[in-house]
Amino acid sequence: MPSLNYAAPTTVDEAVKLLAGASGLAKVLAGGTDLLVQLRSGRMRPDLIVDTKKIPGIIGISGSAGTGFTIGAATPGAVIEANEALKKAWPGVVEAMDLIGSTQIQGRASLAGNLCNASPAADSVPALYAAGAIAVIVGPNGKREVPVEQVPTAPGRTSLAKGEFILEFKLPPRPAYSGDAYLRFIPRTEMDIAVVGCGINVTLDAKGTCTAARVSLGAVAPTVLLVDAAAKTLIGHTLDDATLKALDAAAQAVCKPINDKRGTIEYRTKVAGVLARRVAAIAFDRALGKAGATTH
Amino acid sequence: MNYITSDLKVVGSRPIRPDGVEKVTGRAQFGADMRMAGMLWGKVLRSPHAHAKIVSIDTSAAEKLPGVKAVVTSKDFPHIANEEAFVGEGPMNFRDLSRNCLAWDKALYEGHAIAAVAATSQAIADAAIELIDVKYEVLPYVIDVEDAMADDAPVLHDDLFSAGVDPKPAKPSNIAKVVTFKKGDAEAGFKDADVVVEGRYTTKAVHQAYIEPHACLCSYNADGQVMIYSSSQGHFMVRAYCSKLLGIDLANIRAVPLEIGGGFGGKTLVYLEPVAIALSKKAGRPVKMQMTRDEVFRASGPTSGATVEVKLGAKKDGSIVAAKQVLKYQAGAFPGSPIGPGCMCGFAMYDIPNVDVVGYDVVSNRPKVAAYRAPGAPISSWAVECAMDDLARKLGKDPIELREQNGARNGTKTHYGPTHQNIGFLETLKAAKNHPHWKAPLKPGQGRGIACGFWFNIGGESTAGCHIAEDGTVVATSGNPDIGGSRASIGMMVAEVLGVPADRVRTIIPDTSSINFSFLTGGSRVTFATGMAATQAAERVVEDLKRRAAQVWEIPVEAVEWKDGKAYPAGSNAGAFEPLDLATLALKAGRTGGPIGSEVSVNAQGAGPGFGCHICDVEVDHETGAVKILRYTAIQDVGKAIHPSYVEGQIQGGATQGIGWALNEEYIYDAKGKMDNSGFLDYRVPVASDVPMIEAVMVEVPNPRHPFGARGVGEVPIIPPMAAVGNAICGATGLRLYDLPMSPPKVRAALDAVAPKMAAE
Amino acid sequence: MAKHHVSAVINGEPTEFLCETQQTLLDVLRDEIGLTGSKEGCASGDCGACSVIVDGSLVCSCLMLGCEAEGTTITTIEGIAQGDHLHPVQQKFLEHAALQCGFCTPGLIVASKALLDENPNPTEEEARYWLAGNLCRCTGYDKVIRAVMDAAAVMRGEKAA
Repeated sequence: MPSLNYAAPTTVDEAVKLLAGASGLAKVLAGGTDLLVQLRSGRMRPDLIVDTKKIPGIIGISGSAGTGFTIGAATPGAVIEANEALKKAWPGVVEAMDLIGSTQIQGRASLAGNLCNASPAADSVPALYAAGAIAVIVGPNGKREVPVEQVPTAPGRTSLAKGEFILEFKLPPRPAYSGDAYLRFIPRTEMDIAVVGCGINVTLDAKGTCTAARVSLGAVAPTVLLVDAAAKTLIGHTLDDATLKALDAAAQAVCKPINDKRGTIEYRTKVAGVLARRVAAIAFDRALGKAGATTH
Repeated sequence: MNYITSDLKVVGSRPIRPDGVEKVTGRAQFGADMRMAGMLWGKVLRSPHAHAKIVSIDTSAAEKLPGVKAVVTSKDFPHIANEEAFVGEGPMNFRDLSRNCLAWDKALYEGHAIAAVAATSQAIADAAIELIDVKYEVLPYVIDVEDAMADDAPVLHDDLFSAGVDPKPAKPSNIAKVVTFKKGDAEAGFKDADVVVEGRYTTKAVHQAYIEPHACLCSYNADGQVMIYSSSQGHFMVRAYCSKLLGIDLANIRAVPLEIGGGFGGKTLVYLEPVAIALSKKAGRPVKMQMTRDEVFRASGPTSGATVEVKLGAKKDGSIVAAKQVLKYQAGAFPGSPIGPGCMCGFAMYDIPNVDVVGYDVVSNRPKVAAYRAPGAPISSWAVECAMDDLARKLGKDPIELREQNGARNGTKTHYGPTHQNIGFLETLKAAKNHPHWKAPLKPGQGRGIACGFWFNIGGESTAGCHIAEDGTVVATSGNPDIGGSRASIGMMVAEVLGVPADRVRTIIPDTSSINFSFLTGGSRVTFATGMAATQAAERVVEDLKRRAAQVWEIPVEAVEWKDGKAYPAGSNAGAFEPLDLATLALKAGRTGGPIGSEVSVNAQGAGPGFGCHICDVEVDHETGAVKILRYTAIQDVGKAIHPSYVEGQIQGGATQGIGWALNEEYIYDAKGKMDNSGFLDYRVPVASDVPMIEAVMVEVPNPRHPFGARGVGEVPIIPPMAAVGNAICGATGLRLYDLPMSPPKVRAALDAVAPKMAAE
Repeated sequence: MAKHHVSAVINGEPTEFLCETQQTLLDVLRDEIGLTGSKEGCASGDCGACSVIVDGSLVCSCLMLGCEAEGTTITTIEGIAQGDHLHPVQQKFLEHAALQCGFCTPGLIVASKALLDENPNPTEEEARYWLAGNLCRCTGYDKVIRAVMDAAAVMRGEKAA
């Protein structure tokens, strides 16, 4: 009978050595909320599990809005949710992470796990893409930094080489009049995988005209999308009806979803447009300092 | 004796349930919590195909795996001829039950049990399953009910010829049975009608979705005696079914009822116990088995998916003159959907002179249907109650008033035969009409719907006991597993009769060897029938206590009365004796005739039917199709609420299951006939944030056939919600939805179909 | 791989156990230590019946490996009451009849305690969303939420127990 090995290294080097040197399939264990489900169902049959949680710095949040935040890769959602400074500067990133699963899932799930599981419907990923986050990757060839959107390549696949894992994420410094937001559509009020997810990050000028924007859509293609065309509908404009209409159309145009048990092609495409409008409204409001909470 | 008009001290109050503390501290033992020394872990091999001939099963490799102690297939079960017995709310065919537990020559659904192993660890059992080599000849499959009825559908059983069809068909088909109910002349009635509404409604298969998967621990001893520890809705049923399937004498089986983590009808039969016993017999050791959540969805008993066509005809003044229904229900792999109750319940609430109902019981390649809370009725009422709403709109009548006008009352003859007596439908409707919810204002985008439901409720054979311990405290025994608080209500009825506080009575559920037979827990019968037995047992104890007091006082027994837990001389002429309480009389038990106690078995008749009326407010997001339940009121005639909190609980729980059925629950299949959403992630039951508080309003029109006036309450509340939600969506959008579940994509598509301009934004 | 030898503090007691890598914390609690109060409803983190508190965080024990428990402090349903003193959440569940079959109850009680430890004054909506990961099929959640809100009031000292 196959046996499963487990190691909990206490340094980056030790972890890299274990992952790079594994003779069979080695999987990183952060929060385990995807990995353990896959283990139990037999979808994943690794030979080695490398628990990274004991590596210094892999759990924790540092930095500030002005200098940029650094978030340890294995930081649980509950810790992210509790960080007031992060929540104030990046409410979209925090609410996206917070939407993953239940309170119990939040006690363990991490940004790195969500990203590297590479599901097109992952909740935190569109917000991370929209934020312009950087993934700090460590591996046998040392450290490298890549934009997060370069990590997932296909459902369940990433660009990480053997022996590599994410150590932390960096969020860029926050200019004034910036705001981000994330919404997803699910059939219930909680506990569902996103049928569509949308993250938008904008910077405005003092009058409310958009000077920079990133728009990301989840669950409408094999990977989460960064939608340049949608961002272009915002840049140089205020969020008036014409802009909203153009944004909706640009969001719908880029959708290449599938029919599955969570949504049809037609439905996902329409709702992508709906969410893009709603998310943009919240992001713009936040950028202008208006109180506008996302209720669930 | 009858206490309906008495001043009650315990019944109607809300004491803490006797089994409460062990449940909130995690000490209560459920099906998977038992252990025995030397126990093995059992695991089932299940068919990956929706329909296939089983060509061969080679278990040799599995048997050789170290740690494997037994492997079984259907060859290890005796071969059973077709034999039906009426159990619960439907017939049970033991040949079909046997080949559902372990397949014979065919795999009839994905998940169908083919073989099972017992090994020294779960990991070895899992590995052994993979070593069993089954050769299948894959066959075309059919799942949808109308597809299964088509002439060219793949036929599941070549010995199934439709019953209820004259002449008997020459060819086998998937239509197991056709049932018809006729009253008057519906054709003529429709000709006479001023207004006609019709609709074709569909539902998908849904699961009871109890949180506790099936589990058991069985031990077959060398002398042929068997211990079964399992959770079920009837340990006598477990004993009987295992006896039948394995050919073991009933007295040689002792079924111990562990706590049950939800059943709702889905645990009124067995899946694992016969297999575990067969494994235990072969291995010579106890065998523990538990289903995974995936197995629960694929291989237990979801209810029917169905199509229902309904037609109503009424005069301008609102009197309904004709009603027609054609119902087609999935039965799953073997015959036996709840088509009968489905045919009976839809129109049972109304006094209609001309009725024509036809129902089809249809097999198809999905798990065998098991009971789910008022089996058959929710599907039927989904269609009828939506049609009633359409009729009210067409007539320009208030939907409650339309139902009041046509509502069944005492003396109304149903279309399926019996005449309603002592029912509370009109009282329920009146309570709905007068409830503040009905008149509360709605905002734009919001809508309100009402719908009603009816369930017969049953009585039947029950046993309960009342025993006075040597210190005068009381143990009550119930032959029925407790799925909703019946230990509390039975103890309360006993306490009431004895005249002691509720917490002096402890109610327990003895195993099958320790109490006389009691029919299973289902059909909303336990408070009624087992409660009746318990009341009678307590009454006999009171008579006995009076006799003993009379003996102590040396007066005639007619001169003794019992009040508030004590024997009193009945009037000053009887003598100036100090009252004798339970403790004192118990102390004297040896000298007054021996131990004090009574066990009573009844075959309770006169179960009172139940009616419900639900009011639902929704808000619809027109862009996403999401439906939010804003407010929900469930009104029901409960006869007499023995413990009001647990009656409310039944109403709230049933309503919430109905809301899930209305909005998001469904079996989704892939292109190979395999279930695509066999987990709680994508089988979407309501979560806490999906529903508001559910106001349960208990109307009490006593059932005179029960000592305290109780009616069964558990099943009625799941019947109205789907139409209540559908009618509310109609109120909010002007659109009638015909297909369950009314999930967001369906709502959005319906909105788009009528307003394409608005959608192209 | 040989079994892992794990030391943790469970319900206040230093505890040691052996486990294979693939055994979850839930498997360990139920099958190795004998604490069967935490239940398996789905083994995939969707129902919450296995909820426990690990180092102050509410988690699903079915989504944690037993060997990850090394050096942690764990509270299960068996550790919520203090001797025969029920926690206010447990007491209110009984008073409000917030349980019927009782199978989801351990998970709900652990989750509710975790809620009130973090937020002593939740709104009804906050309580519902916090508890969304605990499925209940019997009660429709109404009496559960009432019990939690009532327990919160007791714990805030606003009413007698």
